[in-house]
Amino acid sequence: MNFPILSSLILLPIVGALFLFFTKDKDGNNLTAKYVALFTTIVNFLISIYLWISFDQTTSSFQFVEQRIWIKDFINYKVGVDGISILFILLTTFITPLCIVSVNNTVKNRLRDFLIAILIMESFMIGVFCALDLVVFYLFFEAGLIPMFLIIGIWGGPKRVYSAFKFFLYTLLGSVLMLVAIISIYWISGTTDVIALYELGIDAKYQNLLWLAFFSSFAVKTPMWPVHTWLPDAHVEAPTAGSVLLAAILLKMAGYGFIRFSLGLFPVASEVFTPLVYTLSVIAIIFTSFIALMQEDMKKLIAYSSVAHMGFVTLGIFTLQQQGIEGSIIQMLSHGLVSAALFLCVGVVYDRMHSRLIKSYGGIVTIIPKYSILFMLFTLAALGLPGTFGFIGEFLILMGVFKDNFLVAVIASFGVILGAAYMLWLYKRVVFGKLVNQDLKQMVDLNKSEYLILTCLAVPTLFFGFYPEPLFNTIEVSVSDLINMHNLNIASK
Amino acid sequence: MNNLNLVLPEIFISLSVMFLLILGVFKKESSQLTFNLSLVTILIAIILTVNETFSVNRITLFNESIVIDRMASLMKIITLVGGFLVLGISSSYLKTFKIFKIEYPILMLSSVLGMMIMISSNDLIMFYMGLELQSLALYVLATFNRDQLKSSEAGLKYFVLSALSSGLLLYGCSLIYGFSGSTNFDVIANQLTSTKYALTFGIVFILVGLAFKISAVPFHMWAPDVYEGSPTTVTLFFTMVPKIAALTVFIRFLYVPFLNLIDQWQMIIVFLSIASMIFGAIAAIGQTNIKRLIAYSSIGHVGYTLAGLATGSNDGIQSSIIYISIYVVMNLALFSCLLMLKRNDRYFEDIDDLSGLSKNHPLLSLSLLIILFSLAGIPPLAGFFAKFYVFKAVIEQSMYFLAIVGLLSTVIAAFYYLRIIKIIYFDKEKEQYDSDHGLWLKFSLTFSTILILLYFIFPSQLIEVVSRIIII
Repeated sequence: MNFPILSSLILLPIVGALFLFFTKDKDGNNLTAKYVALFTTIVNFLISIYLWISFDQTTSSFQFVEQRIWIKDFINYKVGVDGISILFILLTTFITPLCIVSVNNTVKNRLRDFLIAILIMESFMIGVFCALDLVVFYLFFEAGLIPMFLIIGIWGGPKRVYSAFKFFLYTLLGSVLMLVAIISIYWISGTTDVIALYELGIDAKYQNLLWLAFFSSFAVKTPMWPVHTWLPDAHVEAPTAGSVLLAAILLKMAGYGFIRFSLGLFPVASEVFTPLVYTLSVIAIIFTSFIALMQEDMKKLIAYSSVAHMGFVTLGIFTLQQQGIEGSIIQMLSHGLVSAALFLCVGVVYDRMHSRLIKSYGGIVTIIPKYSILFMLFTLAALGLPGTFGFIGEFLILMGVFKDNFLVAVIASFGVILGAAYMLWLYKRVVFGKLVNQDLKQMVDLNKSEYLILTCLAVPTLFFGFYPEPLFNTIEVSVSDLINMHNLNIASK
Repeated sequence: MNNLNLVLPEIFISLSVMFLLILGVFKKESSQLTFNLSLVTILIAIILTVNETFSVNRITLFNESIVIDRMASLMKIITLVGGFLVLGISSSYLKTFKIFKIEYPILMLSSVLGMMIMISSNDLIMFYMGLELQSLALYVLATFNRDQLKSSEAGLKYFVLSALSSGLLLYGCSLIYGFSGSTNFDVIANQLTSTKYALTFGIVFILVGLAFKISAVPFHMWAPDVYEGSPTTVTLFFTMVPKIAALTVFIRFLYVPFLNLIDQWQMIIVFLSIASMIFGAIAAIGQTNIKRLIAYSSIGHVGYTLAGLATGSNDGIQSSIIYISIYVVMNLALFSCLLMLKRNDRYFEDIDDLSGLSKNHPLLSLSLLIILFSLAGIPPLAGFFAKFYVFKAVIEQSMYFLAIVGLLSTVIAAFYYLRIIKIIYFDKEKEQYDSDHGLWLKFSLTFSTILILLYFIFPSQLIEVVSRIIII
């Protein structure tokens, strides 16, 4: 057996966290802790880059598979990656070090504990994306609640308790039904191994209920309208690094789950429920875009825009076509980068002025020009300007939807316009205009670490905007095989 | 009589109890000595049980009134280990209240002895004798802090309600005897057929009596008051050890004499289970005293245990046993934390006393965090697996309603566990508590917390032991 590269990806952050746990905070500013955390996550990023390089893009079968007996005669610990999941792992390991750099400016108390929580979070997130057994997946999926609950609750804003509870209970409520479904699958098929289930298939008469149970969990996590209400609260109250993790990675778990489990395991039911998903997605896109227009809080605005963007993602996934699904994956990746960047941008001004209200800003372009330029780049990426990463995903999704359902595509296209409206208006009100608030003059431009983080995010946003080929090469075979398998299943029905 | 070695642990404990009583009478100032000797007694009993009975498949003794099987030996070991740890933890608590007396270990020993007899009983009379022995000892233990009003009240309440339930049990037993002509479980099993409706009455009475003992809704009323009033170490004993024995008896009754009437009792158990899960989750939300909260949460946990029993399958029984074993460990950990909240010889029991604990006592808070998330059933902690096995067994029997209600009530229950975590981690800190704790407390907390945290790495071991228990 080869070197267990995926397990080491999962375990390394935990080892780092353990190490942090036993370090003593002597100098008072936790320098050691920061370096240890940063070192761990960067090593993890390098490992995942290596993973991507050595990944064979010509096959859709799972690679780097590891399997160990975990609970005898019942569950095997099984991990592996294919073209779809590897990019999410890459996204996770890329975003986490940036989060850790960003805590320099945002988190003041109990920094060591914060870093431990982030590291543990990272390993759970990686676990979610490479789990190849339903129970293992559920374990990682749910375990992530614990560190996130603490991140929001301990280091969050004034209404943090309410938000943390809402986040936790909403997600848990969605997930328990998935647990029932997973156990049912075990009794129906005799295994929870995803690869085996792909081959076996699940009897069509069970699929609808099982699909709904999985859907209840993923819909909360995505979040889809009308169960999206936890997201704005959680985002607003979470510290910047927490918001970044939430927006960039946690929401993607659900999208990934839709592709891997809902489509892969329940092809018949996916076909049946496509209208439901379309309806909810379209409502999410239009409705939350309007809500976003009305927001006065910058973080809340971006949170609602996340809901709208995830609406595009679910729309694309359930077109059940090559363009749509590829577009969704790309959209998730781009949203991961761009929303992370936007939250960091809000964090930058919040650290200086301690206000997230749009009206307390205005005219800062002359005071902090560097910031304004980068913020503009991400704003444009968020509204999907061609040449940025955001454009590609949205465009492909709409192409896919047009093929499938003209009306839905037309309505969804309105979402693009609305997206442009609220993002540009936000930018205009914050950055341009007259300088009314005189306190703003004290603001200093980006410091080194902020500059570094935002540049790190800007480079891939532009690079993949012009040249998304490497990403497509990775996902293409996996997606087309998924669709072939899907069509085969439908045809045999 | 060559099989006498199988009951050696029981014989040894009863002899020790008598010896210790005499020792206590004749030797002055012998509390510490009795205490240590009792610990040694339990330790020897554990060794005897492991040695003599652990590999026995199934043997009956004394005209088939005692049964030694895999379930009995496992449950006895858990009972003894639980009793051992509780007794060990108790000493410093009792000394604080100046009630460190010889009666305490002796009563605990006799209660443990009663439970062991219950666990092994294969006969209505034998079962009832064991039950009364353990109950009588527990009544006194509940009032052990007799200068405190609450403690006396707790003991009295427990006595009255428990006596009532014992009466119901006896009535049920006599009905069963009247209609089947025997007190032996195996004989009753052959006699019972679903045509004898009067027998159903007997079963209902017995189930009600047993539900009292494990505090399942709607027979739970005594639990919160008794848990709150009794000395904390006795409460710990209440939540851990008698539950194990009562559960074993529950399993024994349902699956040996009453197995043929599964259609009659299954609904009752499902109802008890659902009612306990929901009630336990909702009633705990408003509590301010930690011990009362634990009482309600234990009612909820009893509900999950019963869910496994309701399935009527071996998988279900095994999952219930796994559940109760993991629950015992979590409870031990939780109470160890509770006993550490001490300042100037005063113990603190209100939830608000935990406020901001994480600032001054990071390690204690971390353990509490792990324990509470585990009780809430969040993976990857042990509590999740306990629930997972139960629901696996429940869904195997296609009892989806029970599974979904159970899982939804875990979400409600998660709320009040989260509330405690919130108070510990998000609220303002209070004065510091003592940080020098006895070795026993430290050991039991570390041991149980690590078990809870790392259970997921080696989940197979426990299952392997339990899967050898085959009742049906």
